[in-house]
Amino acid sequence: MQPYKILVVDDELSVRTALEGWFLEDGFKVDTAESAEETLKKIQPGSYDLILLDIKMSGMDGITLQKKIKDIDPQAIIIIITAYASVDTAVEALKLGAFDYVTKPFDPDDLSNLVGNALKQKELTTENIKLKEKISELSSIDEIVGDSIEMNRVFEMVQTVAETDSTVLIRGESGTGKELVARAIHSRSKRRYFPIVAVNCGAIPETLLESELFGHEKGAFTGAHYRRKGKIELAHGGTLFLDEIGDISSKMQVDLLRVLENKRFTRLGGDKEIQVDFRLICATNKNLEKLVEEEIFREDVYYRINVFTIFLPPLRERRADILPLALHFIKKCARSMGKAEKQISPQAEAILLTYPWPGNVRELENAIERAMVIGKHADVRLEDLPLRLNEQERLSERAISLSDVEKLHIEKIFKDTKGNITRAAGLLGIDRVTLYKKLKKHGIQRESF
Amino acid sequence: MNDHKKTVYLASINHAIPPYWQNMANDLGSAVNFAFPCIEIAIDLNLFYSEERGQYHSTLILSKILNRLPKNGEKIIGVTNVDIFVPILTFLFGEAQLGGKGAIVSTCRLHNEFYGLPQDDRLLYARTIKEVLHELGHLLDLVHCRDYECVMHSSTYVEDIDLKKPQFCPVCQSILTTD
Repeated sequence: MQPYKILVVDDELSVRTALEGWFLEDGFKVDTAESAEETLKKIQPGSYDLILLDIKMSGMDGITLQKKIKDIDPQAIIIIITAYASVDTAVEALKLGAFDYVTKPFDPDDLSNLVGNALKQKELTTENIKLKEKISELSSIDEIVGDSIEMNRVFEMVQTVAETDSTVLIRGESGTGKELVARAIHSRSKRRYFPIVAVNCGAIPETLLESELFGHEKGAFTGAHYRRKGKIELAHGGTLFLDEIGDISSKMQVDLLRVLENKRFTRLGGDKEIQVDFRLICATNKNLEKLVEEEIFREDVYYRINVFTIFLPPLRERRADILPLALHFIKKCARSMGKAEKQISPQAEAILLTYPWPGNVRELENAIERAMVIGKHADVRLEDLPLRLNEQERLSERAISLSDVEKLHIEKIFKDTKGNITRAAGLLGIDRVTLYKKLKKHGIQRESF
Repeated sequence: MNDHKKTVYLASINHAIPPYWQNMANDLGSAVNFAFPCIEIAIDLNLFYSEERGQYHSTLILSKILNRLPKNGEKIIGVTNVDIFVPILTFLFGEAQLGGKGAIVSTCRLHNEFYGLPQDDRLLYARTIKEVLHELGHLLDLVHCRDYECVMHSSTYVEDIDLKKPQFCPVCQSILTTD
């Protein structure tokens, strides 16, 4: 371990010498400075673990110098050295971010403790920063794969809304990855160190959903043998993710509205109001506007949850993402199954690209997982894919438009030529200008090949 | 084989080392393989007295001690019985030049009487031996050691000194041997 570096700033030589000697004996690396100018020349971000700063020096005063040091190195830990006469100034220095102050002359034990505590704080701060970075890495949105224009738009929206505390409504067909987007928003928000609690409203019978969301007191109903916190309470400080919000009953809509309006609720069978603080993210694959029109979904709840909407495009509308997604799932399966990663055979690739994927990304993931389980070859082949996809081979010509065929073919050629415009145009038998126009028309980005 | 031993002069400032501590050189020599010839030096300590603090300036006394280092000598450790200080600290048990030639040890705060306790000459002697060895360690470039039983452990209270043993821990010893 490297020795800690300490800078002693004092215009009195005897003080500098004494402290230098003291810290050298303690095994520190010590540097000294006799003026503000000399100090500022020596300070760089992270250059010292600890700075001992005399508050009263000729020239620039210690308070101004402290501000300038913090401008250069905001993480700098500063201990103010002061005489009794200037304790007020030392207190001002503390308000400006100094770690502590000592009055001259100080007890050797006080100095040792103070320096020890300051360095402990420095260690903890550094460790905290590293852990936060690690958490951010672990909870990054790399689970959401896609480089299509449509998905890049989604990523931008995730980034924008994550920094706010707004309610978010994620809309998209089943299997498009709505929960992943909800988790991505949570993991990038200021609430990321608190839980994200997901409730699939469509999967829980209404009678149970109420207890699931609000919790219950002991004896609230038959079988309630103990008090149980609900998902809303568990989401305190974090994010409540209500999936399939379009499926909740009218009564539940009313109950939910009340919680959303004042962030207070009561457990079933209880009489005590509980205050909660959570961010709400909802998701649905239903046409909520139609449900409102049909008076199945309450308009007030609709407006309450429809603050910031993210539409997730179905996979068939972002075909450029199919192969990257498939390769991502191959990698993921290979890792979890302890198998080698595979490539995709040209025939299988063609089917993957033309199949309409009604079950979206989830269906693709299942198809790849199946192929990885049963496939016996070094690549994923047509026969490894589910039968439904193979049937598609016969129907594919009728299933997609001429424009889609053109787009897929251009993408295939681009993949073969690694995005080389001249070679791709040559193989396609068109000039470069025409190719550029077609790229624009289909929203193909050559950089992604 | 004492002829081959390095020499560290033990300087009794104004008779600070009492005659009945004649075994000091031997006891120090058993902890570290050096010769410790004792010399008596007289220094006018009044020159370094601070009226304001009622203490004596350690660094200035140390500079005087260095002037008394015999020509053939390598290192010198002065022992005084006055209370010493450096301007920034309230007191010191000793001061040394890290990797240098001179050090000073004060026995003032090593006395039990300083803390209102009964006189204990054996304890005073043991504490002094440890402090001399501690400052010698600094002269030999050793820094403070985390092992609380090692003589190089930092002591800010006299109780810390009592916890230490009058010897270097294996790690510090190995550094000394390597050097």
